[in-house]
Amino acid sequence: MSTVTKHVLVAGGGVAGMEAAGALAELGHRVTLIEKDQKPGGHLKQWHALFPDRRPADEVRKYLSRRIDNRNIKLFTGVSVEKVKKQGHDLHIELSDGSALTADAAIIATGFDLFDARRKEEYGYGIYDNVITSAELEDMFNAGRITTADGRKPSRIGLVHCVGSRDEKVNNNHCSKVCCVTAVKQAVEIRQKLPSCEVFCFYMDMRMYGPYYEELYRESQEVHNVNYIRGKVSEASANINNRLVIKVEDTLAGRPLRMELDMLVLMVGMEMSQAGTRLAEASALGMGINRFLETGDHHYGNNLGHVKGLFYAGTCTAPMNITDTISHARAAVTETVRYLTTR
Amino acid sequence: MKGSTGNRFGFTVNRSRLIDYDASDRLVRDYVTLREPSFRLCFACGGCTATCTAGQHAPFNLRRMNTFIRRGEIEPLREEVTRCMLCGKCLLVCPRGVNTRNVVSVAAEAIKKLDRNEL
Repeated sequence: MSTVTKHVLVAGGGVAGMEAAGALAELGHRVTLIEKDQKPGGHLKQWHALFPDRRPADEVRKYLSRRIDNRNIKLFTGVSVEKVKKQGHDLHIELSDGSALTADAAIIATGFDLFDARRKEEYGYGIYDNVITSAELEDMFNAGRITTADGRKPSRIGLVHCVGSRDEKVNNNHCSKVCCVTAVKQAVEIRQKLPSCEVFCFYMDMRMYGPYYEELYRESQEVHNVNYIRGKVSEASANINNRLVIKVEDTLAGRPLRMELDMLVLMVGMEMSQAGTRLAEASALGMGINRFLETGDHHYGNNLGHVKGLFYAGTCTAPMNITDTISHARAAVTETVRYLTTR
Repeated sequence: MKGSTGNRFGFTVNRSRLIDYDASDRLVRDYVTLREPSFRLCFACGGCTATCTAGQHAPFNLRRMNTFIRRGEIEPLREEVTRCMLCGKCLLVCPRGVNTRNVVSVAAEAIKKLDRNEL
């Protein structure tokens, strides 16, 4: 086994980037970790608790912080990777602050952006105060206060699945995978924190694909009395009492349904990040029809880019949960090390 | 059609509630699919029905109508196609981009042809 130290660039300091950087550093490689925000941690920074077990997100944040606490890692924040170019055996990397560096290999881990809910204007985000996103509900959980915009305790909250996912109207035909179980998790949390508040999930399909997701779904019904209505919400408006009114078809009853709510939570999906898109376009990396990075082979090569020495980790390739993101990052490290030791 | 035997013997036989897929008629489905291929994309979310003006007051349900067409359930479809006002609001919400309004028009056309033995 080669013990020659190599230099690897990791673009993006979220879950995937931190895990990849940590694993590479552990193997003795020199890592430059580039994060566009002021602090690493990605979207996890905002999250209060994680599905399916509702453990504090802080536990995973702490794990990742320990992971990158390694003298082989140089972390730069507030700067992003703008372009990656093959130069002989090396990769030439340009950063947003105008500087450049050279690496033996690079892992792209630029992650995802949450769907901008204003693009689904019919749901009234940015128009009605009490229409919020799933991420903003996490803010409320963090603050320990779930209230309407005027400070009242909500008595009924609706959660809308598939906002910005599985929707041709916003050019996202893909499923974001994690929103269904996030909705169930948040519904349970609301019921625990506000036992007198009714909670309704409006879903098209319940995609409980991961371990213990279906169990959480069951628990939400059995223990927490969360209500599920099968139908896509078509619009939200406000009535004279300033309560929200939604329209949906109760497809299982086969009749249109109208309901007043104090708060509407939009389960926003995942899109390829803007920073990742910029990098992909500048570096001529292929993107799939879902606009995430296209991998070398979606069965057995989904960490491989089309440029030798360039690897992908995490949600820059497709929506995935934290468990899968960490596994994907580790797999990217395996591919990277194989490349560095055999080229 | 397995219908009532009338009341000559003092009792009736209930019509079967089965969707008898092998006995049903899918000529209408084939006609609609050919002329409005986006029809196949419906995943039954009900967004169309939720926003439908006709459906607020009359028993019209576009999502259910699609299922009737798919299953070859012609009898309930006959009434369904007459209730749509063709306003097209459903087109604006459909997340699968189904040309919903045209599905209704084409289905109505198919039923007329079916009755004239032209399908």
